[in-house]
Amino acid sequence: MELFEMTALELGAAIKRREIGVEEAARACLDRMSAQEGTVNAFVTVTEKEALKRAREVQARIDSGEMTHPLAGVPMAIKDLISTKGVRTTCSSRMLENYVPVFDATVVRKLDAIGAVCLGKTNMDEFAMGSSTESSWFGVTRNPWDPSRVPGGSSGGSAAAVAAREVFYALGSDTGGSIRQPASFCGVTGIKPTYGAVSRYGLLAYASSLDQIGPLTVDALDAAAVTRTIMGRDEMDSTSVDVPLPDMPQGDDLTGLRVGIPEDYFGEGLDADVRARVLDAAKALEAMGAVLVPVKMPMLEYAIPAYYVLACAEASSNLSRYDGVKYGFRPEKFEDLHDLYTTARSEGFGAEVKRRIMLGAFALSSGYYDAYYNKALRVKALIKRAFDACFEQADLLLTPAAPTTAFALGAHSDDPIQMYLGDIYTVSVNMAGLPGMVVPCGFDAAGLPVGAQLIGPAFGESQLFKAAHAYQMHTDFHRQRPDARKEG
Amino acid sequence: MEITDKLVAYVAELAHLKLDGEQRAQAAADLARMIGYVDKLSELDTEGVEPMSHAFPVTNVFREDEVRDSMDRELVLANAPAAKDGCFLVPKTVE
Repeated sequence: MELFEMTALELGAAIKRREIGVEEAARACLDRMSAQEGTVNAFVTVTEKEALKRAREVQARIDSGEMTHPLAGVPMAIKDLISTKGVRTTCSSRMLENYVPVFDATVVRKLDAIGAVCLGKTNMDEFAMGSSTESSWFGVTRNPWDPSRVPGGSSGGSAAAVAAREVFYALGSDTGGSIRQPASFCGVTGIKPTYGAVSRYGLLAYASSLDQIGPLTVDALDAAAVTRTIMGRDEMDSTSVDVPLPDMPQGDDLTGLRVGIPEDYFGEGLDADVRARVLDAAKALEAMGAVLVPVKMPMLEYAIPAYYVLACAEASSNLSRYDGVKYGFRPEKFEDLHDLYTTARSEGFGAEVKRRIMLGAFALSSGYYDAYYNKALRVKALIKRAFDACFEQADLLLTPAAPTTAFALGAHSDDPIQMYLGDIYTVSVNMAGLPGMVVPCGFDAAGLPVGAQLIGPAFGESQLFKAAHAYQMHTDFHRQRPDARKEG
Repeated sequence: MEITDKLVAYVAELAHLKLDGEQRAQAAADLARMIGYVDKLSELDTEGVEPMSHAFPVTNVFREDEVRDSMDRELVLANAPAAKDGCFLVPKTVE
């Protein structure tokens, strides 16, 4: 099999069989970056020298029998809001352009331990606030399937890097859909694990009650393998929990699996091609023995406004740490301490970040707190109840990941609300803390990938991986690549 | 609701952001649109629904109160835009 036809696990197995060297694989990826990054721009920082050194180290430890993990030696990338010791971590913001963490995030430590070879840090919407990767201080990332279109966001760099096979998997983060929507737009597999499944220690916070780290991968087996590696209770994150690792999926028998189809997710505003492809996926699951169950998710239209109130409120608090004193951007000229704070923030943050901080400050301000912040927390409780009711009738839910396929660069740049509406199918999953997974399920008339979202009950990752893997045993959408697209 | 200049100035102050004339007008327009949009929540009857901060029941998380080293001062200051004598350097705040 040609190198770039492989999944991460297939490459890991080839490395183990000595069919390909770790450095050789890393160099092949770096060559692919040289050829494509001029257009795609998936990376903020490429750590070529460190990666090649690391590749040789990992090879030696595989050769000595010390490293035996199925992903050992596989080249990967990390979203640029996950702390990497000694490698700058920018959140794609001017504010952190020169910020170099002095410690590793827990997920980075875990991946280091199993022999991951990190090739660099991927581009994103500034501070993960966006759905198109256009608000990056380091320029837009382009969709490898069509460079005139966005890769989605905020983990657009991670999704594009995997779609372009510049790496075999990448870490992203998901606060309101930031792994799942770009996975959908770029035709890759991605999962936002249950809140608390993965430690957030070292993740630069956007909205702490919603943020979760997860992988973007070639297929469901890779997603399961990476998730199993990064999961687990961490004493550095008090919200992380100790639960059994999800199983590696096996087989295509879905007999008796109740797949809920929430009709509210297939209503007005959904692109016709997306609807058709996701319903095709439902039929495919049915053919493997699943039972399709119509369910109701009546809270959908309130999910986005509630999400934006809560996420922005938390952001306004989390981002108050950026003041030009301890780290981050500091202006050359300022009058006094207060002026230092405000000038650093006004020049260091981009427009969308400022918009969200202001909305959040408003929602938390005295006089408006009950009407906005507390109201949104009550709506969150109702959303949780609505999901609970769905999971009484179904084992998992199948929905679109986004209302459309990848849109043109600049399409929503003057209209933030229009951009927010694209998060309609993903944000409620974060508010209820549930796991959500996206698998490629076909292409629209323009040849752009469509993604289907599977939503599980809390800590139901095993079920998601099982259904996604079964589906991928019978389809090859996840195997298709922008540079080797099959016709028809 | 009406977004007055006073409200925009107040929110900017809370957020520690500086807005010049044009930016203030833009911020007022943005806030009006965003608040107008999230006002949709008021349609929903939430009488008797408790605000939920955590989706799952959470209990206090404790650890043993052991003495441990904190991060080296040198590392703490490694990213400081300005530092002096082992401290963060800021403009004079008291005359």
